[in-house]
Amino acid sequence: MAELKVGDQVPELRVTPDKYLPHRYAGASGDFNPIHIDDDFAKAVGLPRNILHGLYSMGLVAKANAALGDGDPRALKRLSVQMRGMGVPEQEIVVTGTVKSADGNRVVVDTVAAQGETALIKNAEAELEL
Amino acid sequence: MALKKDAVGKEWPGTTYQVGREKIREYASALGIDNPVHFDVEAARAAGFRDVVAPPMFAVVYSSPAVGPAILDPEVELNFAAMVHGGQAFEWDEPACSGDEITTSAKCLSIEEKDGKGFYVFETNSVNQNGAQVARGTWTLIVRGV
Repeated sequence: MAELKVGDQVPELRVTPDKYLPHRYAGASGDFNPIHIDDDFAKAVGLPRNILHGLYSMGLVAKANAALGDGDPRALKRLSVQMRGMGVPEQEIVVTGTVKSADGNRVVVDTVAAQGETALIKNAEAELEL
Repeated sequence: MALKKDAVGKEWPGTTYQVGREKIREYASALGIDNPVHFDVEAARAAGFRDVVAPPMFAVVYSSPAVGPAILDPEVELNFAAMVHGGQAFEWDEPACSGDEITTSAKCLSIEEKDGKGFYVFETNSVNQNGAQVARGTWTLIVRGV
């Protein structure tokens, strides 16, 4: 990959988690909080429906950034995020990122994951060694 | 009501997690990550890993069992029902591969009140069976209405 410079974009990642994704992620991660996998429970505690795991959305941010290193799991050295809006299944998530500093083979990327107007992950800063 | 801050600095003993191939595959599949190094032993070895390697964010799988006891410790007095996971950071060193035994300890870094919310920050430190640093996590949990 050509050397990255400030302002370069991370390849955009678009994912539409299906209805059962939260269940698969619960199994994969071990987080079975019912707000993620039980629609009735989620509504009973005032949520619009069962919601995505914030760490799933963060996982997509990590995946989008890893693409800069051709998916090499050693590339990502640091990832720091704020989880804000609630993500829901069956709506497209768009992950975008912009290189904000580049020093030789180390780059820092600003990333956002959003569903429509709702930012799921913001102020995400990824540091990669490429 | 003033937020109780006695637990700042408290540490909890480590939990140990045995990393396995199927768990890595399951995690990578859930995230739609298709790099063969997460699925195929030969591909992982050809890329320089001991065995099938975990995606970086697999760190939540091996480190979160250490956070549970910290959050639920009565001394922390965190209202779990009103808690949201507000922020998360990881720093990675040695990759986690199948066969690794990763021990994670937890520590309460800070408890602060801001705009009527409690901000509880915990740190996790994960090392493998060789004593090599694998990941360090910072978990920010926000409790409404403190």
